[in-house]
Amino acid sequence: MAAAQTLLSVEHISMRFGGLTAVDDLSFDARRGDITALIGPNGAGKTTVFNCITGFYKPTSGRISMAPNGVIDPTALDALTRSGARGANGLHLLERMPDHEIARDARVARTFQNIRLFSGMTALENLIVAQHRPLMRASGFSLFGLIGAPSYRAAEQAAKDKARGWLERIGLAARADDPAGALPYGDQRRLEIARAMCADPVLLCLDEPAAGLNPRESAELNALLRSIRDDGTSLLLIEHDMSVVMEISDHVVVLDYGRKIADGTPAEIRNDPSVIAAYLGVPDEEVANVEQEIGA
Amino acid sequence: MAEASPVRAALADAARYGLIAAALAFPILALRAEPDFSNKLVLEPRWSWMLGAAVAAFLVRLAVALAPARAARKPAAAKAPSGFAKKATKAFAAFGLGLIVAWPFIVLLTLGPSGALKWIDNYGVQILIYVMLGWGLNIVVGLAGLLDLGYVAFYAVGAYAYALLATNYGVSFWICLPLAGILAAFWGILLGFPVLRLRGDYLAIVTLAFGEIIRIVLVNFSALTNGDAGIASIPRVTFFGLPFVAGPKGFAAFFDLKFSPIHRVVFLYYLILVLALITNLVTLRLRRLPIGRAWEALREDEIACRSLGLDTTKIKLTAFALGAMFGGFAGAFFAVRQGFVSPSSFNFVESATILAIVVLGGGGSQIGVAAAAIAIVGGSELLRELDFLKQVFGQGFDPTQYRMLLVGLAMVVMMNWRPRGFVASRTPTIFLGERKTIAADLVQEGRG
Repeated sequence: MAAAQTLLSVEHISMRFGGLTAVDDLSFDARRGDITALIGPNGAGKTTVFNCITGFYKPTSGRISMAPNGVIDPTALDALTRSGARGANGLHLLERMPDHEIARDARVARTFQNIRLFSGMTALENLIVAQHRPLMRASGFSLFGLIGAPSYRAAEQAAKDKARGWLERIGLAARADDPAGALPYGDQRRLEIARAMCADPVLLCLDEPAAGLNPRESAELNALLRSIRDDGTSLLLIEHDMSVVMEISDHVVVLDYGRKIADGTPAEIRNDPSVIAAYLGVPDEEVANVEQEIGA
Repeated sequence: MAEASPVRAALADAARYGLIAAALAFPILALRAEPDFSNKLVLEPRWSWMLGAAVAAFLVRLAVALAPARAARKPAAAKAPSGFAKKATKAFAAFGLGLIVAWPFIVLLTLGPSGALKWIDNYGVQILIYVMLGWGLNIVVGLAGLLDLGYVAFYAVGAYAYALLATNYGVSFWICLPLAGILAAFWGILLGFPVLRLRGDYLAIVTLAFGEIIRIVLVNFSALTNGDAGIASIPRVTFFGLPFVAGPKGFAAFFDLKFSPIHRVVFLYYLILVLALITNLVTLRLRRLPIGRAWEALREDEIACRSLGLDTTKIKLTAFALGAMFGGFAGAFFAVRQGFVSPSSFNFVESATILAIVVLGGGGSQIGVAAAAIAIVGGSELLRELDFLKQVFGQGFDPTQYRMLLVGLAMVVMMNWRPRGFVASRTPTIFLGERKTIAADLVQEGRG
């Protein structure tokens, strides 16, 4: 296996809301071609980390860098940090960018814990909206589109074909023309993933994709996520469902009370005493013992 | 006993409504202030009126309560219109358009030139102006879901742009028309910037203030706008250079017609019809382009838009600018039609009327907005023709005084009957298999 490249690097980020520290000095990497899972008990700060990466929150301190097409070169990164710019030469500092630029330029797409589809638009329209940028350019910022230029029609057909491909892949081709809000819950989850993928991301961030799914749907989701990874998009996911995490992730980061308590392969995480303690809860003296063991 | 209780409940309910009606009617109907011989106001009691209102409310409520319960509505998520319904809709639209195009001639043939003037001007031109304004505002409110309470500001910008350019520099209407649109779009963008971060109520307040600021500037900047007195003798519309005058150089002489003021009104009718249809065509086209889909996506969920890389700032600004542009066109038309503009034509009531048209039409639907404009503007004009009520209530009764009361009542009834407007369902902009309309309960209204 070739040395895994770092695609996204989170360094020492903290996020404070008034007196509450939701994320405390967190660092981890997501490597290209990996499925990285971010796990932790409720309230551990996972979604806050997601919101910092995707620009919906600005972290109080720390650095988040992303190299959509290359590798993160430490010297270039330091030069970029000093320059005060948002990005240069294919390297982006996400904490400096507004959310839509992170999606557009750094090519990070995301889904939401509480599904955010365009409920009054059809499944197909949801996927077409995600392809806004190429379509907007093809429509000559609406001018060519307004006069019905053939070049725009071809671009729209291509967008439609791409959307159809994704609808077939998630098994929703028959419901393409139904409003997204009328689809069953599991279908909405998959449609949201397909919509994010239509935005052509390099890194796909999924906030609890398996929440509310039954075991069969959950297994289908695993297959879908693996196929997305195999097609070249890296994944970062928050998940509670351990069957999903342990089965598909290549790399797991465990958070508790906003701090990282473990980082490694699923097998390493499974046997980590601090993780077990965080999840199952242990008497206070045992926590102290465990903390001593891991040197916290 | 078990059978009697619903009736008793209905009676009690109706009695409560009757009491409320009586309480409301007391200050409005029961006491009338009349000047006596020494010109002092004396209260003249009219208890029978109050009693009548209470009894009417009681009876109506009783009838509603005792009417068989309406079948529970099924939440139909998506339904494909049947072949017949599709054909019927198309036929109706074609018939409606044909009627609108032929309207001036139908009226002329039936009523003759002198009787037709009112029906073409008040019921034709006036309604079409509001159809166009409704369609323009529909881009902002119906598609992009941004609540704009100051739309009349752009109407004013367009009207004053033509009025000032034409009276000061003699610029022709046909050059001013695009200029008025561009200027209004510019002001739309200016309004857009400060309100980008605002949503919902806050957005509504700022747009409301913007509309008032424009009006107050027009009132106070007397050096330019002549203040409250307004700008008079604005050049009238010409038939592409031929003025509508009686002389040998006029439109009538050129086409060998007998001069009649109706020519100008008919021309204005077709001018605003073309402008409104252009607004409609552009909006329908844009809806199927990425920018239109982005507007609707913005209305559905702004956060999801941003997560997909859509620049919501630009999307909002284009919506404001385009909506304002059509308002500007309509404003220029208003100025050339009236020949006179003053700030009093652009007060908040105008904004509220246009917004009411969009809301009543069902945000997002073009045909619904047109129907609502006809209902609100045409309906309130029709209420001027209530002279027959004098036969019912006696000669002292002035029906026009009750016009706005009846308009308000009609709107309350309408919004109860169809809370999401005439045409609440949404038609998808693109489809793989078949185009199915989307039920209103799934479509978001936008939160700002």
